[in-house]
Amino acid sequence: MSDQQLASTTPQTPGFRMIRTLGAIAMLSGLLVVLVFQYTKPIIAENQRIAIEKAVLTVVPGASRRVDILLGENGMAVPGGDNGANEKVYVAFDDEGQLKGVALASGAQGYQDIVKLLYGYDPECSCIRGIKILKMTETPGLGDKIAFDPAFLNNFEALDAGLNATGDALAHAIVAVKSGKKHNAWEVDSISGATISSVAVAKALDRSMQRMAPLIQRYKVELMRAGR
Amino acid sequence: MGTLPNREEKLSLDTFIRGLWEENPVFVMLLGMCPVLAVTNSTMNAIAMGVATTFVLVASSTLISLLRSWIPKQVRIASYIVIIATFVTVVDYAIQAISLDLYNALGAFIQLIVANCVILGRAEAYASKQRLHTTLINSLGMGAGFTLALLSLGTVREVLGSGTLLGIQIMPENFEPWVVMILPPGGFFVLGAWLLLFAWLKQRRERRLLEQEGASNAG
Repeated sequence: MSDQQLASTTPQTPGFRMIRTLGAIAMLSGLLVVLVFQYTKPIIAENQRIAIEKAVLTVVPGASRRVDILLGENGMAVPGGDNGANEKVYVAFDDEGQLKGVALASGAQGYQDIVKLLYGYDPECSCIRGIKILKMTETPGLGDKIAFDPAFLNNFEALDAGLNATGDALAHAIVAVKSGKKHNAWEVDSISGATISSVAVAKALDRSMQRMAPLIQRYKVELMRAGR
Repeated sequence: MGTLPNREEKLSLDTFIRGLWEENPVFVMLLGMCPVLAVTNSTMNAIAMGVATTFVLVASSTLISLLRSWIPKQVRIASYIVIIATFVTVVDYAIQAISLDLYNALGAFIQLIVANCVILGRAEAYASKQRLHTTLINSLGMGAGFTLALLSLGTVREVLGSGTLLGIQIMPENFEPWVVMILPPGGFFVLGAWLLLFAWLKQRRERRLLEQEGASNAG
């Protein structure tokens, strides 16, 4: 059979056949995706809740449960009302309902991308009690040490975040200093070889604390009551 | 529907082994290099990526083989992509449900399985022309070959770059990890070394075959 004959005997695929095939495949796909989504949704939400729970309880030592609260210039958010409260804080309590600390999320530009972290603030001692890196893309082997280097994490066992005399900002900005040069309680000892990542952590803490520490101190009593 | 230029393959052990060795998608066909280089900085990531890719490969190839006489050839690529994307989304949700840590470690590379040319290549070159059971076995073999390749890179990079295997310290305490091995250049170094080894093995076998032929001709 010559090519010409072949072309005339091979019927053209009608358009409706293509539409039918694509439509059916797309519907089948949609159905499958929706099924899987519905099935995994509660599991994923539970995983995320556990991840936050775990992070909050690591950065606030001694805590056993948490209450999520929105905080702003005019105090805590009241249900149904709008008083401009927009900062999400996780208030952590121990078994007796005692306020153990407040966990806050923050972030700053690192070496490659934003470093996101959660940290625990203790209003009693006006200090930071622990940090946990939530998300980062720092260089493996160098910058990523901010997440697990024990010496670096030691910085945040009692990092000073005391307020100034007027109570509207920190008395001393939280700053990163060169490795081994830490002399004051508000300084963060950098990891050698990972200065930019260390500075990012200090910057994230400072930026968030400058705004939130005064608010938390001002509304401490309300926050304590939230545990009841 | 359509023309089937290639004969349908008969099922044999070779259908499976080919993907593992002779036509290994990474070491022989050099396909899907992006995840191979990017997520092999630890053994666990390599295993997870390999299993995820294998699942998508097997599921999409099987479905495509099942529908092969029903998909008009003008819209076949579009159909394949939709099918592949569906299974990638399924894997994406499944990994999130299994472990968020793993999901964060693999990052965007789960979604990028859609664009993995091993999978589309299998769909076009094999699944669209072969029967269901041969496709199933062949794609399983290809998936296993891909996983094997990821593992060969992942283990070497983790042992040299972090001194651990699956997170367990195996190198002596005073071993200074080669940080470069878990950085992107390490991926190229290790891949290059493996390719060199495979090329050398292949050359040696060919030389032996030639020598044998020469000997039998002389005899």
